[in-house]
Amino acid sequence: MNQSFPPFRLIVQALDVERGGRRVIEGIDFEIAGGEAVLVTGPNGVGKSTLLRALAGLSRPAGGCVRFLADGVADPDEVGRHIHYLGHRDAVKPALTVHENLAFWQDFLGADGGEPVETALESVGLVDLAALPAAYLSAGQRRRLAVARLVAVRRPLWLLDEPTAALDAASEASLVRLMAAHLEMGGAVIAATHLAIGLAGARSLRLVAGEMA
Amino acid sequence: MPPLAALYVRELRLAVRIGGGAMMGVLFYLIVVTTFPFAIGPDLNLLSRLGPAILWIGALLATLLGLDRLFEADRDDGALDLLVASGRPLELLVIVKVAAHWTATGLPLIIAAPFLSLLLAMPVDVTLATLATLVAGTPALTLLGAIGAGLTVSLRRGGLLLPILVLPFAVPVLIFGVAAATAVAFDPAAFRTPFLLIVALTLMAAAISPIATAAALRNGLD
Repeated sequence: MNQSFPPFRLIVQALDVERGGRRVIEGIDFEIAGGEAVLVTGPNGVGKSTLLRALAGLSRPAGGCVRFLADGVADPDEVGRHIHYLGHRDAVKPALTVHENLAFWQDFLGADGGEPVETALESVGLVDLAALPAAYLSAGQRRRLAVARLVAVRRPLWLLDEPTAALDAASEASLVRLMAAHLEMGGAVIAATHLAIGLAGARSLRLVAGEMA
Repeated sequence: MPPLAALYVRELRLAVRIGGGAMMGVLFYLIVVTTFPFAIGPDLNLLSRLGPAILWIGALLATLLGLDRLFEADRDDGALDLLVASGRPLELLVIVKVAAHWTATGLPLIIAAPFLSLLLAMPVDVTLATLATLVAGTPALTLLGAIGAGLTVSLRRGGLLLPILVLPFAVPVLIFGVAAATAVAFDPAAFRTPFLLIVALTLMAAAISPIATAAALRNGLD
């Protein structure tokens, strides 16, 4: 993870998202380029998660578009292969060991340029538990295993939904360090949170009742 | 490991570990098939005549048993989001998951069938014919079931809805499977037509199921 990412931009234009027949996100425009961080803030239920899911391509927008522009990207509408989506749920299989869980996502999402599994586990402090079935992990440790995915698989844009949930102060600090290192390499981070994350130079996108303020 | 191979291996690992469904299906198969002789009585001629039908009904029910967890487990822990967002064609992922599910649950049924056929006093040629129809037909059951699993993925307790959705479409497979296997006892030449129809049904299911399942999953994610 030493060389930096080629320049890229994510452009969101007039994005509308509906959920359960109700328009949650309306007319959002923003842009983010490599090296930038955006914190999506706002009260519960305002659509932070919905916005991230729409950016990740998990819910189809009712209007507008999300495009990923970079050199060598043939189809800008195909956002999925450039992002990491870290949702509420950690995608950790209890029946597999910690190592198997991470190794699967690395194999599946593509290992090019990512850290080896052991190094990734070390960066979140789980290397001693590598052989343990993930069923025995605590909520915070499961979260850290999910965070290790960001390190093990190299993707330019991180979409993080409440990334610090269940994390203690030390793990939160190390996550912020990972995010800062990612930004330094020319990556970008969009994080939905209602907590202040100590990330220097982050812009804030505040959602108010479905609109941008 | 290539991405799709990694998914296949993961599915198999999950199936054989604690909480996986690999052995459940084959145990259920054993229970269903061994119950029939008790109900029908010790008439060996009747048992051997009904044999293919019993093996097929058992295989059908055992296949449906494990299918509700095909996508539900991945949805519950968020893995389905990552699979869909990965940018890989969802149709291909469905094919891999179905193939792994068939290996873990369908193949053991076929391996168990010859032993169970002994309990039903089935002649060798009928046993072999039943095996051939099971090999050709059970993939169709899994493929059809995947559509149901995709449709019910967002429902809590969709487990019972799935067989109701899938059974009507699985009935032709059952009909031709049993027809081909029983035909052998009377006229070996009559095996060919129903057997080819099963193969056709499996190929049709293989063509339709990945597309329909992927569409159902995308809709169910919201």
